[in-house]
Amino acid sequence: MTANSKRKHQPKLAMFLSVIPGLGQMYNRRYIKGSIFLVLSVAYLLVFLDMLNIGYWGLFTLGEIPGVDDSRVLLSQGIIALILTAFALVFYVANVIDAKRDAVKLREGRHRPPFKTALKSVWDTSFPYLLTGPGLVLLIFVVIFPLLFMGFLAFTDYTLMNSPPKNLLHWIGFNNFKDLLTVPIWRTTLFSVLSWTLVWTFVATTLQVSLAMFLAVLVNDPRVRFKKLIRTILILPWAVPGFVTILIFTALFNDNFGAINRDILMPLFGTGVPWLTDPFWARVALIMIQTWLGFPFVFALFTGVLQSISSEWYEAADMDGASKWQMFKYITFPHLMFATAPLLIMQYAGNFNNFNIIYLFNQGGPAVQGQNACGTDILISWVYDLTFESNQFGMAAAISLILGLIVALFAFFQFRKTASFKEGGKM
Amino acid sequence: MSKKQKDIIQLIGIYGFILCMTVIIVYPLIWTFGLSLNPGSSLYGADMIPENWSFKHYVWLFNSPDSDYLIWYKNTLVVAAVTSVGSTIFVSLVAYAFSRYKFVGKKHGIYAFLLLQMFPVLMAMVAIYILLNLIGLLDSLWGLVLIYLGGAIPMNAFLVKGYFDTIPRELDESARMDGAGHFRVLFSIMLPLAKPILAVVALFNFMTPFMDFILPRIVLRSPENYTLALGLYNFVNAQFANNFTRFAAGSILIAVPIAFVFLMLQRYLITGLTSGATKG
Repeated sequence: MTANSKRKHQPKLAMFLSVIPGLGQMYNRRYIKGSIFLVLSVAYLLVFLDMLNIGYWGLFTLGEIPGVDDSRVLLSQGIIALILTAFALVFYVANVIDAKRDAVKLREGRHRPPFKTALKSVWDTSFPYLLTGPGLVLLIFVVIFPLLFMGFLAFTDYTLMNSPPKNLLHWIGFNNFKDLLTVPIWRTTLFSVLSWTLVWTFVATTLQVSLAMFLAVLVNDPRVRFKKLIRTILILPWAVPGFVTILIFTALFNDNFGAINRDILMPLFGTGVPWLTDPFWARVALIMIQTWLGFPFVFALFTGVLQSISSEWYEAADMDGASKWQMFKYITFPHLMFATAPLLIMQYAGNFNNFNIIYLFNQGGPAVQGQNACGTDILISWVYDLTFESNQFGMAAAISLILGLIVALFAFFQFRKTASFKEGGKM
Repeated sequence: MSKKQKDIIQLIGIYGFILCMTVIIVYPLIWTFGLSLNPGSSLYGADMIPENWSFKHYVWLFNSPDSDYLIWYKNTLVVAAVTSVGSTIFVSLVAYAFSRYKFVGKKHGIYAFLLLQMFPVLMAMVAIYILLNLIGLLDSLWGLVLIYLGGAIPMNAFLVKGYFDTIPRELDESARMDGAGHFRVLFSIMLPLAKPILAVVALFNFMTPFMDFILPRIVLRSPENYTLALGLYNFVNAQFANNFTRFAAGSILIAVPIAFVFLMLQRYLITGLTSGATKG
């Protein structure tokens, strides 16, 4: 290769040529790579062009002939087309960047590596993608794809009355959201469910975290004996499958023959409490049950952290004459929070979406007049009812979308703030 | 008050509180066991300490032709085994890449995992229901397995990656010097050293189908496909009070082995979680 031709080799031209994938690489005299790229893109077009075509057509129109076009199928094909396009774009950008990088190397006069070395380096760089590939595909189709599907569904008129394959769906823009805020029955329901969801999340989670912290510090006291036994007992509620214990509590709290009314409240106060039929008491019962179910996990976490705090801290504080409360406030509490903050946030997020307990305890009941959700329904159990009881798919999706936005925003800001997470991101 | 007296009062307070908690925790569990021994099948006349106790509900679950308990147990075992093996494989591959390699999207990948693990698969239940219906996997155990597998990736990959990060890099670097390839390093260094966390991942994924109720509820329709949780729920839900003692017996049979395994393993989970969250 002469000095002249080196200077002439233009990275910009290589980038320009790789508008058709592969040509830029060929211009860089990497013929094998170039033809692989070219073949791949031609194959992609040949295989997927029809699919992309139908997909985008379906995504825009949601079908044209009622009874023949199934809007749900078309919508999912549309989403697949979107995902395929996203993959193609990533490949395309990578192809252009690759052409440029090789051209720069060539101009600087670096020699082309021998074929075997090149092959090895391709294998090395692509290996992590190979590892994450299967997991990524699975994740996309089982988690991301349904989430996208739900997102799109929120903008359609999918109800029991208007359901494919008999009828076509239509894009209705933000109408579902508008109805949610303007139609009286939806609005009252939304606000009562949303406020109870927030109260529920905050009270139940905070109670379970504080109880766990109190117990963890108590049991960690050096004077307490049989620590292992006590800890095992305190973790028991976590170990027993949740659906079993919730159903047991439903029986225990039963208004007429539950043990709590019959054996504890009746003899002591002469009257029972309508745990299942009064919304207020049902909520109280739920918060108590969730505290019972949820504190052991946090307790175990805290215990782990407490055991790792060096005793020198406390000895030094003791020398300075610090009280027990001061030691807790300035040593124990910050340690606990620093180590577990992201996990505690997840506890809040978990309770926000804690469908199991709400549904299993009382199916969201008791019913309340003037709204289409029951007294203890939180957002996610309301979505369940709308989906499987009254088949208001579009509305259910719209509410899920709101729910998802709340969780995502909350999670994102909290994680950004948490120092321990920042470390995790850096690596 | 002398220091000693104060000590004693404090200790009495501590033990008193712990005793209270113990009663609150153990009472519902013992009550369930007591009920399961009642000869009658109804909740009305059942006592916590039955006078003429019997194991007849346990026998009924296994022997009666009306009982699907064994089929449900088998279904749950199949789902649990496939989910457990599959997710361990997927998760260790993904975690290996995230722990040892540089690639495009790695940092965002970690954020994405943390975010995704907050969205329960449940939130997309509308979509899952419709989609599984479309591809014909509704009312099939495979559909259920598929969703468990995908849903398990974010949380578990995060956990295993945290553990991989604690394995010193010098080990795999020196193996590479000796000419070991990518897979060689994974199979003969990383995986053997990460056995504890892999065991935890495998076991927790094995236990999920035993404990989960809502996904089977969405996916499965016919009683012969039910998993234990769903079967027992429908069993008790149809006539809440009337089947309760049988339900109690069925629950005890799930709860005891699971609680036992869980108590043995929770320590590893806690270590994994805290180290994963604090050290990345």
